[in-house]
Amino acid sequence: MTTRVQVNPIACSGHGLCAELLPELITLDEWGYPVIADQPVPARLAREARRAVTDCPALALRIAEAW
Amino acid sequence: MSPATNGPAVASPLMPGPGTAGTWPGRQSPAGGGLPRLLPPAGQPGGDLAAHLGRHGPVPYRGEAARLIPEVRAAGLTGRGGAAFPVHRKLEAVAAAGQGRAIVVGNAAEGEPASHKDEALLRLAPHLVLDGLQLAAEAVGAARAVLYVRRDVHAGTRLEEKMTQRYGRGLDRLAVEVVPAPARFLAGEESALASLVSGGAAVPRFTPPRVFERGVDGRPTLVQNVETLAHLALIARYGPGWFRAAGTPDEPGTMLCTLHQADGSATVAEAAFGTPLADLVSLSSATAVLVGGYHGAWIPAAQASRLRLTNAMLRPLGAFTGAGVLAALPADRCGLVETARVARYLALESAGQCGPCLNGLPAVAAALAELAGLASEGGRGGGRRPDSRVVSDLIRWAGLVEGRGACHHPDGTVRFIGSALRVFEAEVREHQRGRCGAGSSPPFLPVPAGPSTDADWS
Amino acid sequence: MSGITSSTALWYASRATGVVSLVLLSAVMIIGILVNRQGRLPGLPRFAVLGLHRNLSLLAVVFVVMHVITAIADSFVSISLAAAIIPFVSAYEPLWLGLGAVSLDLMAALIVTSLLRRYIGRRAWRAVHWLAYASWPVAVVHSIGSSKDLQNGAMLGLAMTCILAVLGALAWRLARARASVPRARRVPDLVALQDSQRLMRAGRP
Repeated sequence: MTTRVQVNPIACSGHGLCAELLPELITLDEWGYPVIADQPVPARLAREARRAVTDCPALALRIAEAW
Repeated sequence: MSPATNGPAVASPLMPGPGTAGTWPGRQSPAGGGLPRLLPPAGQPGGDLAAHLGRHGPVPYRGEAARLIPEVRAAGLTGRGGAAFPVHRKLEAVAAAGQGRAIVVGNAAEGEPASHKDEALLRLAPHLVLDGLQLAAEAVGAARAVLYVRRDVHAGTRLEEKMTQRYGRGLDRLAVEVVPAPARFLAGEESALASLVSGGAAVPRFTPPRVFERGVDGRPTLVQNVETLAHLALIARYGPGWFRAAGTPDEPGTMLCTLHQADGSATVAEAAFGTPLADLVSLSSATAVLVGGYHGAWIPAAQASRLRLTNAMLRPLGAFTGAGVLAALPADRCGLVETARVARYLALESAGQCGPCLNGLPAVAAALAELAGLASEGGRGGGRRPDSRVVSDLIRWAGLVEGRGACHHPDGTVRFIGSALRVFEAEVREHQRGRCGAGSSPPFLPVPAGPSTDADWS
Repeated sequence: MSGITSSTALWYASRATGVVSLVLLSAVMIIGILVNRQGRLPGLPRFAVLGLHRNLSLLAVVFVVMHVITAIADSFVSISLAAAIIPFVSAYEPLWLGLGAVSLDLMAALIVTSLLRRYIGRRAWRAVHWLAYASWPVAVVHSIGSSKDLQNGAMLGLAMTCILAVLGALAWRLARARASVPRARRVPDLVALQDSQRLMRAGRP
């Protein structure tokens, strides 16, 4: 099972916490919006990924699970 | 089934030929493969109910939900709104999710400025559309039917009058509600449509859930382009075999196309899949053809002359049949300038909800305008050389924007602009030197004028 | 003797924890406004500003709970558990204590929804979180109305400082909000801005 971080671009208002909490997978573009790497979340980053999802002030992130 | 070799037809007489036995008792199907199918024969007034009933008979209800779906699957009907999604799968999904509460919407928003086929269909064959709407409603067990029509088109057709006639004759089982739509590029997008019909603004929503699960008022919603519904109405009468008598085995049937010729004329024609593009637009006086509308792609004229109207041939080149827009760029126009004008329009048509699209499309459009030498109102600027980083800026921003919106507006725009940079590579180099080889500069591709306001989303 | 002493001690504890709660809640409001408007605190990454908002709010809850418990436990005045939670049923100072109960109930809603925000969704969480703008002023009025401490001298100054600080943050938020345009409306301006920026740049050799 792979997990990925996905963003709702309408809800996202560019707070940028996600990039601070999960810099291995999320960077900010020149306008402050998250660019999420198109790869599954490695197990060692699972906790940080969950934290990024919970801490997003706009609740714009979610973890999607796929088999 | 051999592919039809009949050419496209605009209201031309039905061609005689071997007929397929009609599946509807007592009614002879139109000659197999003959065109036109959707558009009425030449000389017949569009929209006349008596003529429609005389030609096709009443709505062939199946009497039970989902009965029609296997026939649609056998016919291989795909959506004619641009995405070409298999219709039977949408019907199955909504029928399953609907539980008798589903809503069907005929989509005539026609947000693409270069497309006129939905308007033509509503003027010339509205009863086929309305038949299809009723049949789709029966197939998914819908409780409500809506026709979503661009506001100016609605004003020009007498739809309510025609619906009253039909209802009076007992043809329609569900009353159809007409919902006027704003003339915005994204107004026909599925989730934007559902949003407006639910009472909100016609802007896309984040998916999932898709509208077939949660659409208008949170209910499973079937959204089909009006042309798709018209085809459905004919398949229900004459059967999948008849439908497949035109087109190719993988892409059966016909489609409506809006053809912009190099001389500036624009017509709506019905063509079978597999028709050579050279039969549709005059390529001799053109440098390139835009295939698929403003989210489609440019193809060099020489290459286009070897292509047919099929996704099998067009997809490898980054294009697709889409909603049937074909525009042949005349030799005296500059493809880069035309693309830049359209790109500015596409940037203005952003719903402005997603950061990358809101910020990125204006940046891309401005860079392209600088490269093309457009002044701010879209006219030609002085012969100033664009900044040397313009093309690399363009490419960087296009990469930043693609796939990062809630809908496919940024993706389509990037596809369109990317194809222009490839096909008009020579023009790009000329423009980088501050020159343009094109002789004439009045706009060729139609771009609606005027500023838009917030109120224009509803 | 000891009964009066312990009662007095509890009463003082209630008043003290009340004051600390007021200060903490005011800080929580200010930092919450900062988070919403994407403001920063010098030297702190964004997630730390959010973390500060959360941790201070939980600390405030601890002090509020101690404030309420000591007030109930103390026998100097009779305040029942019901009076602390159900507004305006107290025999002692029904109005001021009632307001305290209102504020407490609103705070409970805020805390619970925030702990569960991942499960209740954006809209529901936001709708409840707006109640903070009701909960804090009610707490302020409760504090000043029910405590003689806060009505005089240095303590009054402290209360005023808290109020002015929150009002200042609110004014900052309103100014920012008026200056920022809803995203959808910004499209034509952004297109025009990009155009003019490029034209200006093109002017340079």
